[in-house]
Amino acid sequence: MSSEPRAVVTDSGIPLDPIYDAASVAEDLEGRLGRPGEPPFTRGPYRTMYRERLWSMRQYAGYGSADDTNARFRYLLDQGQTALSVAFDLPTQLGYDSDDELVLSEVGRVGVAIDSVEDMEAVFAGLPIDQLSVNFTINGTAPIILAFYLVAAERQGADMAQVAGTLQNDILKEFLARKTFIFPPDHSIRLVADVVEYCSEHLPRFNGISITGYHAREAGCDAIQEIGLTMASAIAYTEAFLARGLDFDAFAPRLSFHFSSQLDLFEEASKVRAARRMWSSLALERFGAKKETSARLRFFSGCSGATLTAQQPLNNVVRSTLQCLAAVLGGAQSIHVMGYDEALEIPTEESVRLALRTQQIIAHESGVAKVIDPLAGSYFVEHLTDEIEARAWELVRRVEEGGGLVELLAQGVPQRWVAESAYRYEQEVRSGERVKVGVNKYVDDDGVVPPLFEVDAASAARQRERLAARLADRDGDVVAAALATLRTALVEGTNSMPHIMQAGRVGATLGEIADTMREVFGVYREPQPW
Amino acid sequence: MSTGVRPHPRVVLAKPGLDGHDRGVKVVGMALRDAGAEVVYLGLQQTAAQIARAAAAEDADVIGLSVLSGVHVDVARQVLAACAGEDLGDVPLVVGGTIPPADVTRLRELGVRDVFPVGTPLDDLVARIFAIAAEEVSDEQ
Repeated sequence: MSSEPRAVVTDSGIPLDPIYDAASVAEDLEGRLGRPGEPPFTRGPYRTMYRERLWSMRQYAGYGSADDTNARFRYLLDQGQTALSVAFDLPTQLGYDSDDELVLSEVGRVGVAIDSVEDMEAVFAGLPIDQLSVNFTINGTAPIILAFYLVAAERQGADMAQVAGTLQNDILKEFLARKTFIFPPDHSIRLVADVVEYCSEHLPRFNGISITGYHAREAGCDAIQEIGLTMASAIAYTEAFLARGLDFDAFAPRLSFHFSSQLDLFEEASKVRAARRMWSSLALERFGAKKETSARLRFFSGCSGATLTAQQPLNNVVRSTLQCLAAVLGGAQSIHVMGYDEALEIPTEESVRLALRTQQIIAHESGVAKVIDPLAGSYFVEHLTDEIEARAWELVRRVEEGGGLVELLAQGVPQRWVAESAYRYEQEVRSGERVKVGVNKYVDDDGVVPPLFEVDAASAARQRERLAARLADRDGDVVAAALATLRTALVEGTNSMPHIMQAGRVGATLGEIADTMREVFGVYREPQPW
Repeated sequence: MSTGVRPHPRVVLAKPGLDGHDRGVKVVGMALRDAGAEVVYLGLQQTAAQIARAAAAEDADVIGLSVLSGVHVDVARQVLAACAGEDLGDVPLVVGGTIPPADVTRLRELGVRDVFPVGTPLDDLVARIFAIAAEEVSDEQ
């Protein structure tokens, strides 16, 4: 009658013993941990961590027109949010204006529509840019969005040395998982480098790239693949920036990272501790960092949408709380918590407020932020950190043996790893091996749907009117000349950022600038998954 | 006992619009394939005209759209119109993705044969697509 007990494993399949003890922990633990703010940064990127400053509470928001988004930003700041994160609609992410026939129904749908510098000014109307920290989830059109933001900052009279924030600008993970690429990989990476070079010269407080494992994880890969693929990306970018002639210590201190936070609490907290140690090793040993800050991994943690369920949506509040807790235990620099209704719609104001309150309760009531790296020294957590690190290095080696991440992405290989991992997950849910409360266990389909957000259908029309007014009120010859200058820079390989900014200043639209890039670079179609 | 049902129904899957969230469509494609369907995945950013042309060329038994950006009603309407234009009006269209309950009804009223919101059990989805394909082929006999 008795059967072999099933192996107990972490979410990413690492086998677990029933109990861990001193023998489970590698020798030289002190050396592998170091002190917070010192290599190998396992315990955190800063000496004081949350004792001096809590993480930034940075809820991702944006919908409809620039005015709608401005109103939600003001609301979030009034509610005690400490940083902003802009969601853009898909036309903006893919380089189409709001009046483009291809995209009419998508305007303002999953984020704010930005057609011109004036739209960016309206998003930040009354919000002083040089006193904010803003995250931009933008990739294919990242240089254009940054250029528009900087021109909007100029018009506010902002001190550029104080402009702070992060541009996602990670095109490799778009090819891997998120899929808002526009141009072929080589040209795309060149644009990433234009931004990083510009930021390292002009914007001392701005992160020009956020190297991201979040989307591959959301698309289905596990925590080990998330960390391994992120490190492989960091290597690919670093090599591209070095090949361009940039100095490692000029850009590395402003490299930022972005991970997902899911439900296996100890694995998630261990994962980011392992990631910090891996980047420290890469920076110091492989890339010869001279500054310690070049080896210091800072990250934004996004709680997971893929783990939320449409069934019994209030259960997602509990899931998000655990995910936020994992991010805090892992030492995140900024955190986004999902709304509980996001498996159904973009979140309501009430759901966004609850997500922010989740962060505030963990910060101020739970006590977990009082001590730096509170899990350190746990036999289990140190063992798991080492194990994740070893397995992630193995993946990095596989990628390098395959010719590096850029080459493998062109072949569709890591995309298949992610899709296969997603399919495995669904099969585990299907078989009941993986319990999802309310989905395959404790099912209680009462059919109750929370009140859902509705996008104001008129806001897309307002956006198109605003764009038409802008187009009527500019000097077409000056715009054409600015776009011609930009085209020359794109062809010749000089840094495009100043020319994109100039085009934006004189009234060129996002779609026109993207079209200029499309003409020079062409567009990319991804390989078939099977 | 010939029912005229193909042993391997041909399912054309596509992502219309600009949305790049393709975890769902790939998982569905793999599950349909494992269940014996012939799956043609057209990829991202497919226009209604491209989807209809491909469905005709592939002799599709079922067309499936995956949309997670909220524009499912508009794109379903466009694809139904394009299919009618290609004389494919009787090939059943199914839609999956982030679809609020109220829109499930709206999609069915437009003529979408079945709707699979996030959270639909995979086995259930596969069985329903096979059943639709079977109906369709036996209707043609």
